[in-house]
Amino acid sequence: MDLKLATIDLGLIAPEIIIAAVAMLILLLGNVVRRRTILAYFGLFGLVAALLTALPRWGNPASGFYGMVQADNFAIFFKIIFIIAAGLTILMARRYLISHEIESPEFYALLLFSAVGMMVMAATSDLVVIFLGLEIMSVPLYVMAAFARHDVSSNEAGIKYFIMGAFASGILIYGIALVYGATGTTDLRRILADWGFFEMHSQLFLYSGAILVLIGFGFKVAAVPFHMWVPDVYQGAPTPVTAFFSVAPKAAGFAALLRIFTYGFADMSQLWAILWILAVLTMTVGNILAIFQDNIKRMLAYSSIAHAGYILVALTAGGDGAVSSAAYYLLAYTFFNLGAFAVITLIDTRNSSTAQIDEMQGLSGRHPFLAAVLALFMFALAGFPPTAGFMGKFYIFSEAIKNGYIGLAIIGVMNSFVSVYYYLRVVVVSFFARPNKEFEAVSYTPAIFIVLVITAAGTLILGILPGYWLSLARAGIFQFL
Amino acid sequence: MFEIFFPILALAALAAIIAVGLALLSVTLGRRTKEGAKMESYESGMVPTGDTRSRIPIKFYLVAILFILFDIEVVFLYPWALIFRQLGIFGFIEMLTFIVILLVGYFYILGKGALKWD
Repeated sequence: MDLKLATIDLGLIAPEIIIAAVAMLILLLGNVVRRRTILAYFGLFGLVAALLTALPRWGNPASGFYGMVQADNFAIFFKIIFIIAAGLTILMARRYLISHEIESPEFYALLLFSAVGMMVMAATSDLVVIFLGLEIMSVPLYVMAAFARHDVSSNEAGIKYFIMGAFASGILIYGIALVYGATGTTDLRRILADWGFFEMHSQLFLYSGAILVLIGFGFKVAAVPFHMWVPDVYQGAPTPVTAFFSVAPKAAGFAALLRIFTYGFADMSQLWAILWILAVLTMTVGNILAIFQDNIKRMLAYSSIAHAGYILVALTAGGDGAVSSAAYYLLAYTFFNLGAFAVITLIDTRNSSTAQIDEMQGLSGRHPFLAAVLALFMFALAGFPPTAGFMGKFYIFSEAIKNGYIGLAIIGVMNSFVSVYYYLRVVVVSFFARPNKEFEAVSYTPAIFIVLVITAAGTLILGILPGYWLSLARAGIFQFL
Repeated sequence: MFEIFFPILALAALAAIIAVGLALLSVTLGRRTKEGAKMESYESGMVPTGDTRSRIPIKFYLVAILFILFDIEVVFLYPWALIFRQLGIFGFIEMLTFIVILLVGYFYILGKGALKWD
């Protein structure tokens, strides 16, 4: 018997290998090294090393492992997003974890493993490998949601996320199975190449499979009507974990969605109607329910649903420009949403904190810098110029109009107006509300200060000088192999 | 489409008929007795002791789940061993990587004291 061995180019998956190895070392060293600081910064070092190995690949896309791994610009762009999100989360999490007495080396290891899963998801054009990445990403996230073991609501968040995530995975894999049944392949490139043939012969299987895949990812990116788990999980999970949840898995889910629906299933003509409805529902329900929230974590949970809706607009519009606008928006969203959560994490380090919006009373008097950056992030979330939030929405909606989805763009803009109310409420409370009692002071750590500076700088730079970043996103997209 | 799936459909129908039919037969033809022993949890003469919701030390669960992990490792070793010669040095290194990753997990649980019984 003659065996054909896979061609192995470890360089293609070097970032993943580095992060996974660092995570495993953290697990091993966790039993030996007593100083947790070293482990946290070792994790950060692993992320930076992965970033440095990923960047040189920019511009020379390559495929390996029988086409299972695609190291193209699209993958690298999203890998950068995941690395930024994971790195900033490590920086902001430490203080919170210590003050809530739940710090352990496993947190950093789980975070890194989860990042590896996301990178696998973004760097492939094979449905099975996407599913594999999704599972590597999700399982550590379930544990992280329940990381505050002695807190009931954190446990609830973990269980809820696990059950919903398991359902979503089941639906997704069933969809993939149906697509495989219709096409005989899980490789998106071959599905795209012979789309007409498959559609002619097994339209029913193909379409039901594609819709199940869409539903599976709908759960992961929190699209309405698959969003029910989001508020409870976001509120219950430890705040830095929520910060990570709201950014990284969403970006990973959209990376996969963009790859599948604007590339592999790009010729699926009837799908736009479903995406249209999904986008409108997600934006509208997210924004309207956010108005009624008094808990800031819950409010940001609904706001993250609404933002998923904006990105779904780009997905609906389709085409090169729309995909790059979605990628740009996800990068921008990473900065300003993580920034907002960094402020809340800092306020939440006080054990008395309940994360109510009213608790922000007197913030500006006590911590002017904190109040100012919080206001900046809220303006960015609402989409005011000159922040990245404005440019991101501008590109998405203009791409929607360019592709003839004028109604969708109008609904999106109207939704942005609605969202201004609840974002500005936070700003008003923290600046102008007459405090009943003195704002209980929090103390900065250098790490959180760095996070705030990086996210604020990112929000402003992406907003004021968007051209360079957008051209990066544009160069990245559709150099699919 | 129908011709392909007909055997499966027939099998499902047959299974349903047999299952429901046997239950119906037992209900219609069977004799009914309601004595003390019949109403026990176990008709076999086992006398039940205590509640089912008794607490069992978590250690059993931990050992069981860790056993499964390392059990699966061995399952993967068999097919590899079967074609060890054909795979050559490449297969050896691949398997070594796999086992090293599992070994990391083993040392982790060892360090955590998950295998200590007391």
